[in-house]
Amino acid sequence: MYTQALDLNPPLSNATVASTDTDKQAHFEETINREGKIEPRDWMPEHYRKTLVRQISQHAHSEIVGMLPEGNWISRAPSLKRKAILIAKVQDEGGHGLYLYSAAETLGTSRDQMLDALHTGKAKYSSIFNYPTLTWADVGVIGWLVDGAAIMNQIPLCRCSYGPYARAMVRICKEESFHQRQGFESLVVMMQGTPEQQAMVQDAVNRWWWKCLAMFGPPDSDSPNSAQSQRWGIKRISNDDLRQNFVDATVPQAKILGVSLPDPDLKWNEERQHHDYGAIDWDEFWATVNGDGPCNKERLATRVKAWEDGAWVRQAALAHARKQQARNLKEAA
Amino acid sequence: MDEPQLPLLLHLADNCLVLGQRNAEWCGHAPVLEEDIALANHSLDLIGQSRLLYQYAAELMGKGETEDSLAYFRDAPAFRNFTLLELPHHGPLAPSGSSQRDFATTLVRNFLYGAWALGTWSSLAQCSDAQLAAIAAKAIKETTYHWQYAQDWVIRMGDGTDESQRRTQAALEHLMPYTQEFWMPLAHAQAALNVGVALSGAQAQSEWSSRIDAVLQQACLKRPPDGGFVPSGNHGSHSEHLTYLLGDMQSLVRAHPKAVW
Amino acid sequence: MSTTTSHEWPLWEVFVRSKQGLEHRHCGSLHASDAKHAMQMARDVYTRRQEGVSLWVVASADIHASEPHDKAALFEPASDKIFRHPSFYDIPDEVGHM
Repeated sequence: MYTQALDLNPPLSNATVASTDTDKQAHFEETINREGKIEPRDWMPEHYRKTLVRQISQHAHSEIVGMLPEGNWISRAPSLKRKAILIAKVQDEGGHGLYLYSAAETLGTSRDQMLDALHTGKAKYSSIFNYPTLTWADVGVIGWLVDGAAIMNQIPLCRCSYGPYARAMVRICKEESFHQRQGFESLVVMMQGTPEQQAMVQDAVNRWWWKCLAMFGPPDSDSPNSAQSQRWGIKRISNDDLRQNFVDATVPQAKILGVSLPDPDLKWNEERQHHDYGAIDWDEFWATVNGDGPCNKERLATRVKAWEDGAWVRQAALAHARKQQARNLKEAA
Repeated sequence: MDEPQLPLLLHLADNCLVLGQRNAEWCGHAPVLEEDIALANHSLDLIGQSRLLYQYAAELMGKGETEDSLAYFRDAPAFRNFTLLELPHHGPLAPSGSSQRDFATTLVRNFLYGAWALGTWSSLAQCSDAQLAAIAAKAIKETTYHWQYAQDWVIRMGDGTDESQRRTQAALEHLMPYTQEFWMPLAHAQAALNVGVALSGAQAQSEWSSRIDAVLQQACLKRPPDGGFVPSGNHGSHSEHLTYLLGDMQSLVRAHPKAVW
Repeated sequence: MSTTTSHEWPLWEVFVRSKQGLEHRHCGSLHASDAKHAMQMARDVYTRRQEGVSLWVVASADIHASEPHDKAALFEPASDKIFRHPSFYDIPDEVGHM
């Protein structure tokens, strides 16, 4: 989910493989074909490794940056219970980022390198987090729609061919289940509340609906690189199929909530047995992905500041650890 | 107040909520991801403690009071937290001066409060109010962890680099005077006696002092000399920072006073 | 002595035993400045929803791994690092590039 539309590098030509690696490549292919797992010590094509590093780290960056729009409402949460739930949720997102960085590090990159790529703009994060959370209802809508969309992508990734990534996804999915429910539940309460609360929810839905549809990435016809990723079990379901599943699942939920989805073309198609929906504004999507969204600069600057301001703290911990080590060695001598 | 232990409950609850609110401000901004998670945990524990205390207080007050009416509809003078806990995460600056976060200030504050909280919860776990004693017993476990965590950081920073030592020493000098409030006649002193504990006596102070000193020594930090302005947040007389903290925290609820969330 | 000269906190692998009678299972990694710190972090990151667990933290650099495939024909050393691309030991040329 947070990885859709991020696979923007051109694929390598079918990688040249040294003849001494032929056995290993055969083993790799055979493992992929029987849907087995590739583990950190296994041989893998360089392009497979690079694709995974990019996808997993960008997924991790998305979790971390995602802490900001939701974290924006922790201080003002309208009850102590909601405050606790939101802190726990944002904390979970941090934890998910950590599991993913941990998985990516098994592929030969380091946390510092990945963060450097994020901070210098070389690595991306899911563009959905470049939009502002303007009201408390946004928090609930993000839980319902954004997390809902993420879950759709994450569940198939639990079967990804790369072991550490698949295992991280299993752990994440287990924890994610409460996020979407909590978001939806807080909206149910608001929709049963005052006219102002109902209006707040509808306004949030109006602002986030189309952004969430675009989250699944460009139409399959515009995504030429997916085929290799699909063959390698890295990406398992196409953008359009995920988007369609999401719409079909969400329409009845919107009915239960009593909100309207801001799409006059949204209607059930009996023939297709799916909902038809209107045109997504891909220009706006690409403009935001490429840096001109409402919050891009703020999100990145905030992450960079946290990292830079925290440098002395990280250095202090290392310095202390080294001093301790030296003392212990001296004592042992 | 109808119930004698109420002032004590509100003091304890307000301490936890205000400090929990402050610690949560690090969410998404910590020096490293692992610390983001740790500080969020700390904040969750504190808010959890505050909820139990407010719920108990609300029960005693009746009249439709709830944990949320107490948290969101009291104004600053009614809050009974120590002033130390409402301070922002930086050195002495007026509220309009800055929104910086200094990790040393946060951890030194958690260290100074943690030592106090450990002693206080330990005393209260023996008090004559069964419900408060149960809350205290639960809080001891969490507080022991918070105290260990804060100590370890004070030592890392004090005995780390020159810069980290400088910042930690500065934070200590800024925050230490605020701890004088712990040992002054407290607004809830009688409430504490009513449940059979004396919270700010000489023994409590001496234990707190020993805890602090042991860590400061390991951390190569100098304990600042006694003295300086003595705040009285627990009497409802706060710093300029509390109205900003509450103004933010309570804003949405007060904009929709009849709403349920 | 630390095998890294970078400014990065070392990497630790975390093993959790979620209940008596089971074995410790590997659940991921984290960065911390030393073992005590790693243990605290592991509690916060990997066990925050569980009580009564046992935690092991091991510096990644201290774990030795076997060759995954039993291939008599492959004369790999018997003991190697857990990751095939252990670049957290060095700063590679392509810092920031992926």
